[in-house]
Amino acid sequence: MGWAIALHGGAGDIPVDIPAERREPREAALRRILQIGVSALNAKHSPLDVVELVVRELENCPHFNAGKGSVLTANGTVEMEACIMDGSSKQCGAVSGVTTVVNPISLARRVMEKTPHVYLAFDGAEAFARDQGLETVEKSHFITPENIERLKQAKEANRVQQDYTQPIKPEVPDGDSKLGTVGCVAVDGLGNLAAATSTGGLVNKMAGRIGDTPIVGAGTYANKFCAISATGRGEAIIRETVARDVAAVMEYKGLGLKEAAAYIVDEVAPKGTTGLIGVSSTGDVTMPFNTTGMFRACATEDGFSEVAIWKSG
Amino acid sequence: MVGWAIAVHGGAGVDPNLPTERQEQAKLLLTRCLNLGISALQSKAAAIDVVELVVRELETDPIFNSGRGSALTEKGTVEMEASIMDGPGRRCGAVSGLTTVKNPVSLARLVMDKSPHSYLAFSGAEEFAKQMGVEREENDYFITEDNVGMLKVAKEANSIVFDYRIPTTGYESCGVGVESPIRMNGLPISVYAPETVGCVVVDSQGRCAAATSTGGLMNKRTGRIGDSPLIGAGTYACDACGVSCTGEGEAIIRGTLAREVAAVMEYKGLGLQEAVDFVIKERLDEGQAGLIAVSKTGEVAYGFNCVGMFRGCASEDGFMEVGIWE
Repeated sequence: MGWAIALHGGAGDIPVDIPAERREPREAALRRILQIGVSALNAKHSPLDVVELVVRELENCPHFNAGKGSVLTANGTVEMEACIMDGSSKQCGAVSGVTTVVNPISLARRVMEKTPHVYLAFDGAEAFARDQGLETVEKSHFITPENIERLKQAKEANRVQQDYTQPIKPEVPDGDSKLGTVGCVAVDGLGNLAAATSTGGLVNKMAGRIGDTPIVGAGTYANKFCAISATGRGEAIIRETVARDVAAVMEYKGLGLKEAAAYIVDEVAPKGTTGLIGVSSTGDVTMPFNTTGMFRACATEDGFSEVAIWKSG
Repeated sequence: MVGWAIAVHGGAGVDPNLPTERQEQAKLLLTRCLNLGISALQSKAAAIDVVELVVRELETDPIFNSGRGSALTEKGTVEMEASIMDGPGRRCGAVSGLTTVKNPVSLARLVMDKSPHSYLAFSGAEEFAKQMGVEREENDYFITEDNVGMLKVAKEANSIVFDYRIPTTGYESCGVGVESPIRMNGLPISVYAPETVGCVVVDSQGRCAAATSTGGLMNKRTGRIGDSPLIGAGTYACDACGVSCTGEGEAIIRGTLAREVAAVMEYKGLGLQEAVDFVIKERLDEGQAGLIAVSKTGEVAYGFNCVGMFRGCASEDGFMEVGIWE
């Protein structure tokens, strides 16, 4: 079997008539970043290195809700979180409340590898980043004009918003657009798996709010069966322990990756809340979602590749 | 209608040399908390209310590592965390990095009931606490002399101490085979979180709930979050069961321990005790931990793979047990 990789830029209520100037840069970014991941896998980098590398690219891209381009809290600030997990060892690292670190996913990896802990947050995470010499910048670096606008609209609508590509449509019920989060999962030819997720969270979230992304088993998970990164309505993903459940269904009910992921997304998670990407130890890849769309891309060593937003076929 | 059942814990991993007097104190507290829960259940209280009530009692008492009596961070301060989950509907609430909230589990409940989110931490959580008007104290209210002493020991040993109640001269003799510092994530630290507290309940309507609360690891880095506030790791409840875990936080997170019990019941059809035994045996790898659990059919169970777990359980049929060792 060969390697496989999938990445996402968020699931949500992405309308099919999204203007080209909002759609094209994201598609182009997905295509470019997929290629970066593919090259790394072809160069025999470990899946753990590959998912970190890919998520760093997604964080640096201002079009996605992670790193630069993160959505804003109710206070107009950015609080980022990320999580990385290695399937073979089940070692993991997570961070929350990151405000100056350019690449939260790399900080999460340092937590995993350089501390006896799994999860560091807020001031403690920031202090650790400095101890580790990671790149930090002014907090304003992460804030984009689009996100300032989104926050303004969310406050006007007095609602917590997940979609960061569209202005809020007043007639759409709560949970209208559920974009957010970036992630990557990868498996090499030997069945080693890794998953990574990173996000700015919910538009207009309360300061200190933690979502599903850094919670192992909710937004991110990897073991010897599969690697999963989820996106959507954080509170629902936490409750449904989405990422862990896909792996659990594979292990305990003997389902294959696609079936297991489809079961969780279609039968378990409430409609309109969840999307995920997954790869299995046998090189399968899946990208199901129960929202209108999910920015995503995947490729397998045999030459298959796909970049998409809405349901294909 | 089902018989109610309740279990409480005060932490997994106990020094076999723990002075008898302290063992008795712990058992008395566990008994008192069980009885509190039992009275509430007899008055038909809902599971979610009972777990909150009982954990509040455990937090308020300085004996265990939660609320007052919490383990100290490397800076000598207290940072508390907690989570609570209501089986029907699986609503949940969690908090981390609390420094002034007298009862973290109650703030976690407010996050669940009164905020649009599931988890709030650090200054955001403290801000929410102010808005909600919960009881708050200065950080030093939570700090006990015992813990100040233990932090010193931990720093001298330059490691994170798993049981902060061991006598200062007895570090080498503390339980669980610690002769040289245990390695975790490749780095030398001691074993798991000491004396996290928790409670799981199934009420007479068959509704399950779970809650867990802790000060975390002695000498932990500021900002370190353990398993207790993480839904699926330290705490979980669904229609089928309620689970609260304690022990090596990092292993519990990696093993998504609390969710695991429910998952094997759901996906493998195991009964409660079988599920608990399976998870403790197969899902901890080299980690050491314990857990308590109840099922919607009125069963109560616990399991641990380390030396001792402070626990108590009771069910409507009159069964009651408080223990520390196997």
